[in-house]
Amino acid sequence: MDRTQSCVKLSVKPSRGLMDEKFVVLVQNVPPGFQLTIHALHKCEEGHSWEAFAHYTANTTGTVNVSEDPSLGGTYSGVEQMGLLWSLRPVPGSKPGLRMRKVDIQTPMEVTISVYQGHQTEGFMDQVQLAGAVVERWYMAPGVRRVPITEGGLTATLFLPSGPGPFPGLLDLWGGEGKLVESRAALLASHGFASLALDYLTPKITIETGKIVDNSYFETAYRVLEQHPKVVGSRIAMMGLSLGTSMTLKMAVYSQVMKLRCAVCISGTHVQPIDGSLEEMLNFCRENAGKIRVNENQTIFRDLLLPIPTDPALKVDVGRLQCPLLLVVGDDDENWPAQESAVDMKDMMEQAGNSHLLTVLLYPKAGHLIEPPYSPHARASTFVPANSHQELVALWGGETVAHSRAQEDAWRKTLVFLREHLYGCTMTVEH
Amino acid sequence: MISRQLSTMSGTVPPIVSVVPSRALVDEKIKVLVENLPPGSPVTLHSLHHSEDRDYWEAYGHYVSDHRGTVSVAKDLSFGGTYTGKEAMGLLWSMHPVPGSRKGLRLRKRDVCSPMLVNISVHSGHIAEGFRQQPPLASALIERWYMAPGVQRISIKETGVRGTLFIPPGPGPFPGLLDLWGGGGGLLEYRSSLIASHGFASLALEYLSSDDQYPLFSIIEAAFSILKDHPQVIPERVGIFGLSLGSILTIFFTAESAVIKPFCCVCISGSHIYPSGKSRKGINHLKLNKVRLDENNHHIWRDVGRAIFHTPSNQVDVGKVNCPMLLVNGLDDQNWPTVESAEDMAEKMNAVGKGHLLTRLEYPDTGHLIEPPFSPHFRATNFIVEATKEKVIMLWGGQTKPHSDAQEDSWRKILAFLQHHLYSSLTPKVKL
Repeated sequence: MDRTQSCVKLSVKPSRGLMDEKFVVLVQNVPPGFQLTIHALHKCEEGHSWEAFAHYTANTTGTVNVSEDPSLGGTYSGVEQMGLLWSLRPVPGSKPGLRMRKVDIQTPMEVTISVYQGHQTEGFMDQVQLAGAVVERWYMAPGVRRVPITEGGLTATLFLPSGPGPFPGLLDLWGGEGKLVESRAALLASHGFASLALDYLTPKITIETGKIVDNSYFETAYRVLEQHPKVVGSRIAMMGLSLGTSMTLKMAVYSQVMKLRCAVCISGTHVQPIDGSLEEMLNFCRENAGKIRVNENQTIFRDLLLPIPTDPALKVDVGRLQCPLLLVVGDDDENWPAQESAVDMKDMMEQAGNSHLLTVLLYPKAGHLIEPPYSPHARASTFVPANSHQELVALWGGETVAHSRAQEDAWRKTLVFLREHLYGCTMTVEH
Repeated sequence: MISRQLSTMSGTVPPIVSVVPSRALVDEKIKVLVENLPPGSPVTLHSLHHSEDRDYWEAYGHYVSDHRGTVSVAKDLSFGGTYTGKEAMGLLWSMHPVPGSRKGLRLRKRDVCSPMLVNISVHSGHIAEGFRQQPPLASALIERWYMAPGVQRISIKETGVRGTLFIPPGPGPFPGLLDLWGGGGGLLEYRSSLIASHGFASLALEYLSSDDQYPLFSIIEAAFSILKDHPQVIPERVGIFGLSLGSILTIFFTAESAVIKPFCCVCISGSHIYPSGKSRKGINHLKLNKVRLDENNHHIWRDVGRAIFHTPSNQVDVGKVNCPMLLVNGLDDQNWPTVESAEDMAEKMNAVGKGHLLTRLEYPDTGHLIEPPFSPHFRATNFIVEATKEKVIMLWGGQTKPHSDAQEDSWRKILAFLQHHLYSSLTPKVKL
């Protein structure tokens, strides 16, 4: 029997990397000018299959280098070193509205990269690959320790970098869906920041008593970090995404307990009742729920908080901010009016004379969910607001290529910002 | 030398050690960077590994940070320690057992499914000891893997053949390699798993066992057939990779066996002597009275080999070799006369017009145990002589720095040789 022999060599380096590290995909030993498709396949925790693929033509040495050669088509085109990851999308026939998220961040995301003959667009599972490789993408660097935190009634997880410490600390807040999202904190710890991922919408205490937490919950989290033997209490930052930004700004400006070294606010707004806490913010949103629009079954929340109020009781007085603030904003954010808020915050700070503390990163065609790089982009996905149980499809916005670029750029700049303000040194652009 | 103590007790932030990649194959290089030190401060970079045998291995280098408070191991020079100069990988290849360890240790990974963990740390000042007594300023943990993700590990237990087969990820089929280790015996998987991580289906064979039921030669012939017949292996592309006694067997089989016809061979530290007799007992018939002892009572077996080698009837007729062969040897090999043997092999093969099949790599100040790159060098280690069950300390030879360079250089050339013969020579069967 004549078995097909493939001499095609596929290598992905590094084969084990952190989620935010780049890799080089190299195909060798094909005939010069050979047409091939490189395919990525990932089965997520929920059991859905995601794929990406790109069409290449080998050069005269019979090689394709994804970081140097252009894709001629597929789920991405042009020279895109990491396209096989950020352009991943649910395979045809999948449930609509999926969003890729990893809950268990102690195990890696596994991706199978394969080479197929010709420029294919479908039916990959029915064909024989020419070569294959497996890549592991990790959230936690070796030596990073994961410590569940329940003291003070908190529902949180602390990630400690490897080494004796002590380390600067960071409080990490996610958005309106609640639950304890650990992925970003684990990555930040891999970069040297003792990071506390905090569940503030669906913590145990709220599930059991029905009571929404107030400002003291966040201050407790800050205290836990401040007093931790492995944390430098005088160097704590806060980072929020979406609703997390609201709490970050509130605490940064008004808290007597929290002395933040710096803050990072992604896709957020300063619009909220300045009195009270989380509950007041949620009520404020509920009161304005009539402004929510639904277009083609997709829910657009952004008008909820527009127009930006002129009433000072309805927006955090960022003119009183005393620490550096990094705002990361997408101009195609359909979920929150992050851009309008950023403009207003800048005005307020310029008038107050503290605008030197502000850096705004505005990304064209980026949507709401600006996450660590190379994760797939979802323009819309199913969303269950915390404590609501009502599933809907939220429109986040963003155009995939631009959004993926924004994620990569914003993450790098965020790390530089944190390094400078928490470690007091500029990052060497070595790696 | 004044060493300024850097305080971590005052609440100031410590320096940052970062290693990229933090998870890598053992033959991949790393970049170690230290930042946030005071400018121009003397520091010691230290590596520590707790082996499977519970011994501690370490290496260290003395550095001075630049005006930004940065030390880059890949770019800066080490001024002292277990290595000096610009050595990106010095913290790995110059590792040795910590003071007070048992004598004659050798570092080899048995469980290839888990990584080797190495702790890289930075200490204040230029120190040469007491690393465990004072906590470092900062540290990072790295993983060194012998197996890439997706490589399959399959235990083989068939009619006397005991070994482990490693299959690369992907559809296959793949070229195959029979991996024959040296006379120390046992089943060592790490080179096979690493080779499989580079795209070759590799069978690590335990051929020296106490089971006398199957003669050695049948075991090796059977193993070669198992590999050839495996559905994931390209039968016309099976080679042999030998070390020491494994190389002796490789050369013998390649020349003499009717069953074993490797497509190409790599022979590290071997020679073309006839393993006399067709049994295990024959292999180990060595003239042990020729063993010399050095000033430390370490065994030098070079002359034992020479005695065998200089008897013409003991020599394999290398004129019968019909495949490309790569010989890798160290010029300071104290265990076996490998270089003399290689010279003789070249002469004999040239005489019959087969000299083009032979490639010789010979490295100065390099010993017998030429292993995958960045593994520590062992000049002499504990060894149990198969024939007498005697525990001795065997002198392998080599000086650490040149030996490590040889390991790095030869590995690259070995992979290129295997890639060229076992992959590139395949005609593409894809339709154009």
